[in-house]
Amino acid sequence: MNLKTFPGGLHPPDSKQGSAGQAIETCPLPEELIIPMSQHIGAPAAPCVVVGDQVKKGQEIGAAKGFVSVPIHASTSGEVVAVEPRLHPMGKPLPAVVIKPDGEDRWDDSLKGADPSTLSVDELKDRIRAAGIVGMGGATFPAHVKLSPPAEKKIDTLLINGVECEPFLTADHRLMLEESERILDGIDILRKVLGIKRAIIGIEANKPDAIEKLTQEGAARDIAVQALEVKYPQGAEKQLIDAITDREVPSGTLPMEVGVVVQNVGTAAAVSDAIRLGHPLVERVATVTGPGVKTPKNLLVKIGTPLGFMVEQCGGLNGEPAKIIMGGPMMGQTQLSLDIPAIRGTSGLLIFRREDLPKRLEAGPCIRCGRCIGVCPIHLQPTTIAAYARLDMIDETEEYNALDCIECGCCTYTCPATLPLVQSIRHAKGGIMAKKRTI
Amino acid sequence: MDNQLYLSSSPHIHSGETTDKVMRAVIYALLPACGVSIYFFGLPALSVLLICTLGCVAAEVACCKLMGRDLTLFDGSAALTGILLGLNMPPSSPWWLSLFGAAIAILIGKQVYGGLGYNPFNPALVARVVLLISFPVQMTTWTAPAPLGSGIDAVSAATPLGEMKTAVMLTGALPEVATSGFGGYLTGNMAGSLGEVSALALLLGGLFLLFKKIITWHTPVSFLATVIIVGGIFWLVDPTKYPSPLFHLLTGGLMLGVFFMATDMVTSPVTGKGMLIFGFGCGLITVLIRLFGGYPEGVSFAILLMNAATPLIDRFTRPTIYGHVEQEATS
Repeated sequence: MNLKTFPGGLHPPDSKQGSAGQAIETCPLPEELIIPMSQHIGAPAAPCVVVGDQVKKGQEIGAAKGFVSVPIHASTSGEVVAVEPRLHPMGKPLPAVVIKPDGEDRWDDSLKGADPSTLSVDELKDRIRAAGIVGMGGATFPAHVKLSPPAEKKIDTLLINGVECEPFLTADHRLMLEESERILDGIDILRKVLGIKRAIIGIEANKPDAIEKLTQEGAARDIAVQALEVKYPQGAEKQLIDAITDREVPSGTLPMEVGVVVQNVGTAAAVSDAIRLGHPLVERVATVTGPGVKTPKNLLVKIGTPLGFMVEQCGGLNGEPAKIIMGGPMMGQTQLSLDIPAIRGTSGLLIFRREDLPKRLEAGPCIRCGRCIGVCPIHLQPTTIAAYARLDMIDETEEYNALDCIECGCCTYTCPATLPLVQSIRHAKGGIMAKKRTI
Repeated sequence: MDNQLYLSSSPHIHSGETTDKVMRAVIYALLPACGVSIYFFGLPALSVLLICTLGCVAAEVACCKLMGRDLTLFDGSAALTGILLGLNMPPSSPWWLSLFGAAIAILIGKQVYGGLGYNPFNPALVARVVLLISFPVQMTTWTAPAPLGSGIDAVSAATPLGEMKTAVMLTGALPEVATSGFGGYLTGNMAGSLGEVSALALLLGGLFLLFKKIITWHTPVSFLATVIIVGGIFWLVDPTKYPSPLFHLLTGGLMLGVFFMATDMVTSPVTGKGMLIFGFGCGLITVLIRLFGGYPEGVSFAILLMNAATPLIDRFTRPTIYGHVEQEATS
C-alpha cells in the first residue's frame, strides 16, 4: 500500500481497541434533551419556540442568524420545557432549548426527501444549510459555507476526511464500515454541488477494513481512497490536503485557496440524509470510551443527550472520573459535568480516572532538544513562541508566527521538560487577536 | 464527584519521555566507555570518574542551596556532566584537578547562566579547556594502558595524536603510530583521556542513543563525514605528511565528541539542517587543529567554537512555516 503523509507529527498509542470492534448502537431517549443554540462556528441560532410548545423531530427550534450560521432542530418529538441558558461544552451556560421527549420520536411531516438529480445546485445548498449540517469532525464549520466558494476560487478536489487520527475515537471508523452507502451518496451530492469530479477519501492505514470497503464500493462511483500513514494530526485539514494533494494552503487562508474542499465522512453521511430523506442533523455517532467507562461503545446519539446518560448506556462509570473530555485526548475539551449535552461536534466522550492521567511533573527548563520543532506539523518553533508567551512578549510571538499554530498539541505531548507549550501558544494567540481588535 | 474533576487545556496525554529519562539514557550509553577505560587504566580511572561525578553533583547541590533554588539534582544533568568530564581527563589526574574541573563545569559552565538549558557552552568541555590551559602539564601527562590484572605498572606515554604532532613538527613525516596499529586504537589500547580510548565502546553507546531516538543522525553523520572527507583530502595530497581518515576517526576524543558532546541538546542547534551545519563546522575545525594547530587534539575547541555559533545557526535555519512559501511568492 502506497501511504501518503505530511512532514512532522507523531504517533501516540492509538488506544482504539476498546471500541473499534463495537458496532454502532442507538442510544435510547433520555429524560430530557438539552439542545444548545450554539453548536457551530459562527453566530448562534435564535430560539424560535417557547416553553409549552409541542415539537416534532427535525422541526426547527433555533433560526440561523446570518450566512455563517445554521438552524438548530428538535432531536425528537416532545414538549419544550425550558428555553434558558444551560451549561455548554464550551464551559459556560449558553442559550438552549430543553425538550421533554414524548417517547414517540415522530418526524416532522413537512420534511420531504428528494432525488438529488432533480434538484439544482442552489436547491441542494439550501437544503444542506436548512438541515443544519456542520463539519462533524469536531470543528463544526457550517458545510454550506465551504460549499459556496467565491466565483474566482476554482475548486477541483473534494477531500473526504476519514482519517480519525485522535487516539481512542472510532466513531468515523464504524461509520465507514456500517454506513458506507450513505457516505458515498453524500460524496456524490457534494461533488454535484461543487461541480467537480475528483473526490478522494483519506483514511489512516490502521483501518484496513474501512480502506478496503470504501475502495471497492467507491470504485463504481469513481471515488478514490487514499491510505495514509498512521500519524497524528493526519486528520487536520491542512495536513490532509498536504498529504493527498501536495498543496500548501497559504497562511491565514482557507483550503478553497488551493482548490480543495474538505468534509468529514460523518458530514457526507449527514448530507445524504438531508437531501434524500429531508432529515436535518439531529443525531450523530460518538465514541464513549476511556478507562473510566465500563464498556466503550460507539453510540448513535440524539443531539442534546446528556453525557452522563451516554455513559449509562456503556455500563456506567468505571471508577471515579477525574477528567471528562469531549473529543479525543489530543484536542478534546475537558468538561465541567456529565450533565452537559452532546452536540453536533461531539465525536467522542473520553473519561480518564486519576490514575490514567499523566503524572503531574514540575515543568522543567527547556533543554533545547528540538523535539517540539521536529513534530510541529506547521514547522513552528513551539518552545521559542512559548518562551515569549510566558513573558507576555506578544509581538515576538506574532513574529514567530504563533497565529499559524493549529493547536494539535504534538509539542506539549512530546516535551521532555513537560512544558505546557501549546497552552502558552494559545495564550499568545489570544493576546495577538486581542491586540488586533483594539487597533 | 463533579468538584473533583480536572479542567485543563488539551492535550490530555503525554509521551512519558522526560528530561531525567533522557539524561539517564545518555549516562547508560556512556557506561561501556567507562568500563573500557577502567579496564585499561585500572583504579586511577575509576577514581577520576568518581571524583568528577561526585564533584559535579556536590557543586550542583551547593549552587541550588546558595541561590535558594529548588534542587535540580534529580534531572541527572549534573551527574552526566561529571561523567563526561571524567572521560575528558587523563587517567593520572590528581584528585584536586578532577575536583577543580567539576567545580568549573558546574559553576562557570552551567549555573552562572541559569542552570540546565541556558548554558551556551558544553559544561564538561568548558572545564576541560580551562584545565588544559591552566594546568597544561597535568592535563597532558598520559599513561600507557595497563589492563587490569596484567601486573604492568603505569608508565608515561604519548597519545597517538601527540606523537604524530611532535614527529611531523620535527621530521616533517608521519611516525609509525599514525600509519599502523589501528586495531588497538579501535578497542582502546592506547594512551589518552579516559574517553579517548575506545572508539568501539563509544560507537556502541552512540548507536544506543540513536536507537532510543535521544539524538538524531544529523550531527554525528555530518561531523564524521566532514572529518573523513577533509582528512581524506589532505591524506590523498600527501600520505607521508597527513594521516589517513581512519587514524582521525579512531584516535583522540573524536568518537566521544561526535556522539556525546556535539550532540548535547542544550548547546547545539535545534533543527536537522542546523545540526548538519554544526557537525560540518566541528569536523572541519577538528581536522584543521589536528593538522595545523598548536594543540595535537582539536575536538574540544571545535565543539566549543561551534557552540558559540549555535544561536547564529539557529537563526539562519529557522524552518519554513507551512503556508508561507506560496504567500511570499505571490506577494
